[in-house]
Amino acid sequence: MLMKLFTDFMGWIDKRLPVTDAWNKHLAQYPAPKNFNFWYFFGSLAMLVLVNQILTGIWLTMNYEPSGDGAFASIEYIMRDVDYGWLLRYMHSTGASAFFVVVYLHMMRGLMYGSYQKPRELLWIFGMLIYLVLMAEAFMGYLLPWGNMSFWGAQVIISLFGAIPIIGEDLTIWIKGDYVISGATLNRFFALHVIALPLVLVILVFLHILALHEVGSNNPEGVETKKPKGSVKPEELSKFKFHESYTKKYDIVDSIPFHPYYSVKDIMGVAGFLILFCWVMFFFPEGGGYFIEAPNFTPANALQTPEHIAPVWYFGPFYTILRVVPDKLGGMLLMFAAIGMLFALPWFDRGTVKSVRFRSKWHLANLIQFSVCFIVLGALGTMPASPTANLIGVITTCGYFGFFISLWFYSKNENTKPVPERVSH
Amino acid sequence: MSNVPVNNGRRRFLTAATAVVGGVGVVGAAVPFIASWNPSARAKAAGAPVEVNVGKIQPGQLIRAEWRGKPVYVVRRTEKTVSALAKHDDQLRDPNSEKAQQPDYATNAHRSIKPEFMVALGVCTHLGCAPTHHGDDFDQFVDGVPSGFFCPCHGSKFDMAGRVFQGVPAPLNLVVPEHSFINDDTLLIGVSSDTSKGDA
Repeated sequence: MLMKLFTDFMGWIDKRLPVTDAWNKHLAQYPAPKNFNFWYFFGSLAMLVLVNQILTGIWLTMNYEPSGDGAFASIEYIMRDVDYGWLLRYMHSTGASAFFVVVYLHMMRGLMYGSYQKPRELLWIFGMLIYLVLMAEAFMGYLLPWGNMSFWGAQVIISLFGAIPIIGEDLTIWIKGDYVISGATLNRFFALHVIALPLVLVILVFLHILALHEVGSNNPEGVETKKPKGSVKPEELSKFKFHESYTKKYDIVDSIPFHPYYSVKDIMGVAGFLILFCWVMFFFPEGGGYFIEAPNFTPANALQTPEHIAPVWYFGPFYTILRVVPDKLGGMLLMFAAIGMLFALPWFDRGTVKSVRFRSKWHLANLIQFSVCFIVLGALGTMPASPTANLIGVITTCGYFGFFISLWFYSKNENTKPVPERVSH
Repeated sequence: MSNVPVNNGRRRFLTAATAVVGGVGVVGAAVPFIASWNPSARAKAAGAPVEVNVGKIQPGQLIRAEWRGKPVYVVRRTEKTVSALAKHDDQLRDPNSEKAQQPDYATNAHRSIKPEFMVALGVCTHLGCAPTHHGDDFDQFVDGVPSGFFCPCHGSKFDMAGRVFQGVPAPLNLVVPEHSFINDDTLLIGVSSDTSKGDA
């Protein structure tokens, strides 16, 4: 009786909006390669963190006061007087760092298994745009507590634009809406942080997933699981029922429906993630001074620079690249180039073999040196400037750019291993 | 498409004309959105000049004034400090203040109106941090130069005329704001002595 009511109701809906079809196409009959490993957790975890940020963010705006006079005090108010305000704020601040942790791991997965290669270039570009907007979102969010590190961090980053010839100085005044960072700056950053950028972010995530579902997921072997129509013997086809929008174009092998197989697997990932997340949130919400920096517990003061201005850890690599160049404009250009290189990665890699499992020793070594350089750059970014740090910074910056440049050269005629026809494990 | 006879040339013209007029409309509509980001009238008014009493500054002492929300450093330099300025010219990026970081009347060896008083924005020309004043222990940063400014953010160094040393991230000397003296003891920041040139 109840079941019939439900089917009738869904029938009524489906005639007016293809809900069941969309569910099948993107979840219950969506073919995903059967050999995903733990590296494939981080996409769904990034979505989870996005939901966390939006939800806690909305609740924080209910008590936050976006003004130069009220911002700092309203954060204290949230922390002390609002029921569970401390928890909502720590969920949001820990979520910010967690977002970058999962996004960096998600990107590392793409690097290892060649998920940026043809035909997934646009998917990669959407991902990079998400990363870019995420950095802007995090930067603007960090100004809102109106602590002294908020203020001086923003001062340093906005000053970057002053290095642009001719229009630079006026541009920084236009961005700030004042001759200094003031309540006017805080207010516009608030508007961008809570409305404009989240909207853009959600749209980009939607496009990222749509592009993913058009080309299909890569996998740790880098072997296509969508074969040309008619090229696979019927008995070798995947036994599951997939949506006809995939089966009418391709023969699908070695795949399983996303739901329930990967939805259940991802719940495992969520459980593990939440254990770590809660451990940090409840026991180390300041992340040892890396998630919420010590000077941010004093209000913004335009006349008092903190002893040591360091960006939050996730900006560290780019900040180091910025300051190893002894020239303001040059530093800024090199920093933006570092992000630009990532955008152009699908075209730096001229190879056709995707997964590091079947690529040359050179490529493995290159990937390892890149990861090491990135981590060292990140660590240097949070440390004070010194001649030794600068030297290490120069070396690791070369390693960072060297990854892309050497890749362009060796990937053309790379000594790769034979790639299997089918996913083996 | 329908098979109704169409005048393609006219259709193309109408499409283009609509697109151009619409485009102009979009640009026009963007103006208020972009212009609203400029400093408001209130922010501009807050940029008025400030008076500083310099009579009580001890030789070698630095005081901070606030002008347009930025720190302004005012130092009463000793004669020894002023005469020592020329000694390290070869270590500076712009020893003769050729870049327009100061008003014309401060484009001289001591970058100020009176040799005694240094007036400069305490805003590092690299990324806007406030350099710290080292009155007598600056030689830890530059050998043989007893006093100067060291930026704690990225290690930029400036001498007692706000001139930047070579080999640091800051590209330019510290900015000397428009300033003038109302009388011997009162400094006015934001207005030059020729008031028509003041930018406040």
